[in-house]
Amino acid sequence: MNHLPQAWGRPRDDVYGPYDASYLQSSHPQTHTQQPIVTGTSVLAVKFKDGVVIAADNLASYGSLARFTDVKRLRPFNSRAIVGIGGDVSDMQYLDRLLNSLDVTENYSSEGHGLNARNLHTYLSKVMYKRRSDVNPLWNQMLVAGLDGDDKPFLSSVDLLGTTFSSPTLATGFGAHLAQPLLRKVADDESQVSDVTREKAVDAVKECMKVLFYRDARSLDKYSIAVVTKEGGVELKEDEQLENQSWAFAETIRGYGRTQEV
Amino acid sequence: MFRNNYDNDSVTFSPQGRIFQVEYASEAVKQGSVVVGIASKTHTVLVALKRNAEELSSYQKKVIGIDSHVGIALAGLASDARVLSNFMKQQALASKMTYGRPIPLERIVTQIGDRAQTSTQVYGKRPYGVGLLVAGVDETGPHLFEFQPSGMTQEMVACAIGARSQMARTYLERHLEEFADSSRDELIKHGLRALKESLSQDKELTIDNASVGVTGMASDGKRKTESFKLYDGAEVGPLLEAALEGAEPAAETRVAEGGEGADAGDSMEVDT
Repeated sequence: MNHLPQAWGRPRDDVYGPYDASYLQSSHPQTHTQQPIVTGTSVLAVKFKDGVVIAADNLASYGSLARFTDVKRLRPFNSRAIVGIGGDVSDMQYLDRLLNSLDVTENYSSEGHGLNARNLHTYLSKVMYKRRSDVNPLWNQMLVAGLDGDDKPFLSSVDLLGTTFSSPTLATGFGAHLAQPLLRKVADDESQVSDVTREKAVDAVKECMKVLFYRDARSLDKYSIAVVTKEGGVELKEDEQLENQSWAFAETIRGYGRTQEV
Repeated sequence: MFRNNYDNDSVTFSPQGRIFQVEYASEAVKQGSVVVGIASKTHTVLVALKRNAEELSSYQKKVIGIDSHVGIALAGLASDARVLSNFMKQQALASKMTYGRPIPLERIVTQIGDRAQTSTQVYGKRPYGVGLLVAGVDETGPHLFEFQPSGMTQEMVACAIGARSQMARTYLERHLEEFADSSRDELIKHGLRALKESLSQDKELTIDNASVGVTGMASDGKRKTESFKLYDGAEVGPLLEAALEGAEPAAETRVAEGGEGADAGDSMEVDT
């Protein structure tokens, strides 16, 4: 302690070296998200003749650490739309609050005009594009699944750049590489959707979740799955467990540092 | 000398609980030429009587398309209506842009209602001197709304506002039961006949002074709408012919105008 009040409570220069006064400044340069921190991995979805099935596991990773194992990444909006969110979890939570307030304002002002999945996807694409144009993106990729204005199955994607695209089957994250080709066996183009039954679509998604758990190191065998149909609305199950896992294939893997090829 | 001390601004109540500036604004509506709106189960029509300020001028526009599914008809200060209609066009466009959805009628009417109410409660503002009929179709079917300068809005089956509109309203009340199941053509017919009822004896409907706006559900396929159609000038001709052929000449016994200056429409023209 010395006689200078401005030095009180600070590390002594003679012991710790001169204090870096730049930390005392009250204004800092404004910074934006440069990378996701806590992340969710794949979201999968498939259209079938009466609706859409969508799934995502319940893991939020902190880098390669499986940090939170009960994070629900499917966000039902109303009885005909649900959003599956991959990418940064804090941004996902922000989007959740945004959808909450959207739901409140929609229901507050008038009845009988609920937003359908297509409306919701358009809205979210504007939100994402606005944020990327501010050079402050929400680090997510989302799948919006549900029914459109004609109660036909609707499935579309929007990502952190505001890019949108649509397909009978969609997958985000690691699933875009690993699951998408498998899902295309179920429905390769729009004309094949009418031949896909609900059971076939659900089985395909569950199978892909299993394949992803085998090969995606940031995934989990606990997952959420939802089916949206006109009759049943959004049927969401949030604590599913991958069944009938078989790791026999692991023995056959060579390379990747596990065993050396001889 | 008596002088009203409570009409200097629109935020002060009189001791009788009235806001005079708002009432004066309603008077401006009563001096605008008449507009009629009717809704059926499938369509809405707006019918308007246009006026020209002088022989050499054009006729003031009375029916304005807002979006492909909404139109308005105005009675009162046309410049105030232009401001409101521009606002409505913006809101309709915003809904299309952000949600890819035509704006619900109830929503857009609430928005202009809120806007108009603000100017009755904020010092330094003046109420809109215009009344509107807002007609259109949305997910929940056809709708007709009335809008007043006070900010009051309400949904109507049929409505007429403007000078000498009482006569048109009497016609509408007399034919109320027929509207719900009317076809597009029948609804236009009713609209034009109601409008004709409110004309003074030396006037008649022509292709110059009549405007018709129609919205409706498209007959092919459900949930689709027919785009707002404005009939003006020569296009009104066939509609007028269809509506007025075989129609009895306007009733000679006019219903007394309740509280409205009988000839206000001719002496104090406001639709300019």
